[in-house]
Amino acid sequence: MFGGTRWAAVLALGIVWICGAQAARAGGVNVQRDDLQRDVAFEREPKRIITLLPSLTETVCALGACDRLVATDRYSQWPPQVGLLPKAGGLDDAEVELIVALKPDLVLLSRSQRIGNRLAELGITSFALQTDRFSDIAHTVTTIGAILGLSREAAQLNETIAASVHEIGAQALDRRHGSRPTVYFEVDRAPYAAGAASFIGELLARLGARNIVGADLGAFPKLNPEYVVRNNPDVIFISRADAPGLAERPGWDQIRAVKEGRVCSIAPDVNDEIVRPGPRVADGMRAIGECLSRLSP
Amino acid sequence: MSAPPASLGLGAPGVESRVSSPMLLWLAGCLAITMLLTGASLIVGTSSIGTSVGWLLAPDAQGSVILWQIRLPRTVGAWFAGALLGLAGAVAQGVFRNRLADPYLLGTASGAALGVTISLLAADTSIAGLAWMGKIGITGAACIGACAAIALTIMLSRGVLQTANLLLAGIVVAFLLSAVTSLLLLTKPEIWRAMQVFLLGSTGYLSWTSATLLGIVFCVCIVPAALLARGLDALSLGEDTAQSLGLSLPMLRLTLLGVLSLATATAVGQVGIVGFVGLVAPHLVRETVTVNHRQLLIGAPLCGGALLQAADLVSRWIIRPAELPVGAVTACVGGAYLVFLLWRRSRDE
Repeated sequence: MFGGTRWAAVLALGIVWICGAQAARAGGVNVQRDDLQRDVAFEREPKRIITLLPSLTETVCALGACDRLVATDRYSQWPPQVGLLPKAGGLDDAEVELIVALKPDLVLLSRSQRIGNRLAELGITSFALQTDRFSDIAHTVTTIGAILGLSREAAQLNETIAASVHEIGAQALDRRHGSRPTVYFEVDRAPYAAGAASFIGELLARLGARNIVGADLGAFPKLNPEYVVRNNPDVIFISRADAPGLAERPGWDQIRAVKEGRVCSIAPDVNDEIVRPGPRVADGMRAIGECLSRLSP
Repeated sequence: MSAPPASLGLGAPGVESRVSSPMLLWLAGCLAITMLLTGASLIVGTSSIGTSVGWLLAPDAQGSVILWQIRLPRTVGAWFAGALLGLAGAVAQGVFRNRLADPYLLGTASGAALGVTISLLAADTSIAGLAWMGKIGITGAACIGACAAIALTIMLSRGVLQTANLLLAGIVVAFLLSAVTSLLLLTKPEIWRAMQVFLLGSTGYLSWTSATLLGIVFCVCIVPAALLARGLDALSLGEDTAQSLGLSLPMLRLTLLGVLSLATATAVGQVGIVGFVGLVAPHLVRETVTVNHRQLLIGAPLCGGALLQAADLVSRWIIRPAELPVGAVTACVGGAYLVFLLWRRSRDE
């Protein structure tokens, strides 16, 4: 009996909620569904925004709404003017007090950040976005554009990004006369590799490179180092800090890329562009594409 | 310190230290397992077993590199690192007269982790740091960090005479250095992945140079430890008894803590923080044969070496060509073994 009553109440609440949502849409309220499948209603365009992920900061600024930001996470440093904004912590240690004190009308965050629930309890609107894959870039730009009332700018930005990425990919293949070198992209000395399933892997594929780490191994697998020796890549991408010790790893001096000096060392600022799926994707792709063209056999 | 537990499973001083037949059998078994694991390690990797056997029978250039430059030094290095941890565990349990003592008791793990964090930060933030990092490497930074932590522990406990003070100081240093490491990691989360690998242990890059260094340090450590084994036997009966037998406790402790520090710092420097080997290896020896400290100090390294070799094999086999952190494997196996011991003890009671 109790169970029946409870379910009836839940059903009634559900109907009320759906009707309410319809009414909100009908009343001109902008409702957007975030990547946690929550419907978030915006009665007006947000004017005081806090971003808790660099790629989201970059997206807001690329849409021309940098002046609406009142704080960012501590790792956002592009464009340079966001460096002057208050820093509200990082991915897992966002500063709730600072966020509340700044009275934002929107906090943009990653899907994996736990702070969203706490912000909801405090009555602060948050919107979670997934920003892991290449396809997430267009989705993020479109969604943020829709929230900020900048849908036209978002469509333009997406067109620009898509055209640049396509052009860089085609140019890279042209410059290498169609050759498709095998590539190993190391994200960490463990060695963790960027597999074909990762964002970096997608960029490499668009540049016409063949990743030695297949999609079946996951986005960033921790490899047995001998796997790299066995697969003998033509080109290796590695951080500037780890590049000098490459030949000292057991057996790695026999890898074609190491023997022939085809190692692209990645500077930290370029690294930011290629690990953050955001509006600067074309810059990052250009940087690795140039190195790939220069060093390919 | 209070009197030792009634059942230490150790021979009293003066007990005949000649190796008994069961112990000989045990040692032979351990060596046989080590040989088997070494053989298996040559055919387990990212290639199929058939390909590996083919390389063994008729090696091509790549096969030779993988077998003799990657797999063999890796397994030999893992053995020596495990042996050092086993030895350090046996020494720690003897010096502190506590079966729960492990090689990281003096803050070595936290010190090594801090050393690695600083070196990764330095390499990531400046050219000078990168050059510095190139000279000492992660292994050097870990070793320096571990040694510094031990020095700090000994300083805080004002020497090595009071084991209770040493234990407390070790705990304080471990917490303190871990907190500093966490704070530093917050400033640069990009290095977290590298740190995680170090914290969970990795045998992936053990080369002949690493294996040789581990082997040399093992030889340097095992000799004084074995020579002072009778002192540990005496100490197991209580400090007063040991002193009444004419032992110089400060010298005994200082030398053995030196051995413990050198063994742990070297192992941590080369393979990261591999848990449970140092704790479990002496237990495994005691649970299977009755030993005095001399036999324990020989048995625990053999057992620790075989344990880490086996863990290395498992870590590269299960999800090949990717691999598991070797420390996660040892933690699973070691944890399961300790639970088994607890279960058996409660059943016997």
